[in-house]
Amino acid sequence: MSNKNEWPLWEVFIRSKAGLDHKHVGSLHAADAEMAIENARDVYTRRMEGVSIWVVESKNIIASDPKQSDSLYEPAADKVYRHPTFYNLPDEVKYM
Amino acid sequence: MSKWCFISTRKSLIEKRNITGAKCHYLCQQISATMSIQTQIDQFEQKIGSDITIEPKDWMPDDYRKTLIRQISQHAHSEIVGMLPEGNWITRAPSLRRKAVLLAKVQDEAGHGLYLYSAAETLGVSRDQLYDQLHSGVAKYSSIFNYPTLTWADIGAIGWLVDGAAIMNQVPLCRTSYGPYARAMVRVCKEESFHQRQGYEIMLTLSKGSDIQRKMAQDALNRWWWPSLMMFGPPDAESPNTEKSVRWKIKRFTNDELRQKFVDVTVEQAKILGLTVPDKDLQWNEETGHYEFGTPNWAEFKNVVAGNGPCNKQRLETRKQAWEKGQWVRDAAMAHAEKRKNRKKAA
Repeated sequence: MSNKNEWPLWEVFIRSKAGLDHKHVGSLHAADAEMAIENARDVYTRRMEGVSIWVVESKNIIASDPKQSDSLYEPAADKVYRHPTFYNLPDEVKYM
Repeated sequence: MSKWCFISTRKSLIEKRNITGAKCHYLCQQISATMSIQTQIDQFEQKIGSDITIEPKDWMPDDYRKTLIRQISQHAHSEIVGMLPEGNWITRAPSLRRKAVLLAKVQDEAGHGLYLYSAAETLGVSRDQLYDQLHSGVAKYSSIFNYPTLTWADIGAIGWLVDGAAIMNQVPLCRTSYGPYARAMVRVCKEESFHQRQGYEIMLTLSKGSDIQRKMAQDALNRWWWPSLMMFGPPDAESPNTEKSVRWKIKRFTNDELRQKFVDVTVEQAKILGLTVPDKDLQWNEETGHYEFGTPNWAEFKNVVAGNGPCNKQRLETRKQAWEKGQWVRDAAMAHAEKRKNRKKAA
């Protein structure tokens, strides 16, 4: 039982129907990209869950670090004026 | 951080205990490390408390990680080994319709195993490590799959009872605290309900059939009933992991709670089939609104878990053979991929 020959890990993204974004659904192992697409078809779309598949080798995904969440997202917390509900308009103003 | 954060600690340490500066620096570092671990534990418990999902890159206690790897991989192994008793009947299904259905069901089980393995891998364990644990007998899988499938009615009983029990177990896991596990379970549960229905349909057809067919259905119920109740695991009082798993919201209900729920639902379904549940102690309790039922044979359960069930050796042997005989395919695929990559580079 060799560990060194384990097929690479791929992340799978599926577009469930035209007009929607691709969404991450899970991962799988495959020898190359073509096989990853074929395996993703078998593993993640047995019930017509998708019309398009993306696969990315997992090692190529760069992710943010949860430890940096404060510095990354906190600056947006005190900027309520970026939301339309921040502004008071007279009731007479319609469709805005 | 230790240098200025603990300046007062440092001062007092040096003054009171006559400790050298270097030694003090070491102590302060220790204190700081302990404190930050405590903060991380607090933050983790707080998230669990307010139902915020834990994701792969989040900090988690080692024990939480270990418990999850054990549970998710056991679950994955069960899906994979679970294909074997049913695979036994694919070529002998009584009609093309039944064969197509059984094939689709067994293919789903393979899929469920794959969703779960990849969820376990997000915790830092490799697929090959997981397979090694299964093949070397270190990891367990659900003991129910160590019973043989003797007749076609067993395929009905497995779908109805075994998948029924699995659904009881799995639906609450869709809200389990670890994100990748919860998301895998949502997909599994969506697919699982056809499994139970197809099994019940087989039982219904047999129970409405000839005397021999009815007997076959009853015999399958007799053999699968108790092992199905055992699928929920040992009684709460003897389940060492339950308390912690419930506190961490890995498990949402205890073994006994789920077992009761299963009995309450399934006994009614047996009535519709006109079959008898093989339990002399089974009786409806008006006051509690639940069925009272007999005690499963826990000695048998322990024996099967320990590897001495009717099919343990056969199941493991089949899995190992499939893995070993597939080695050349995996190697060839890698070699082919490598060759194509190099050819592309050259062009």
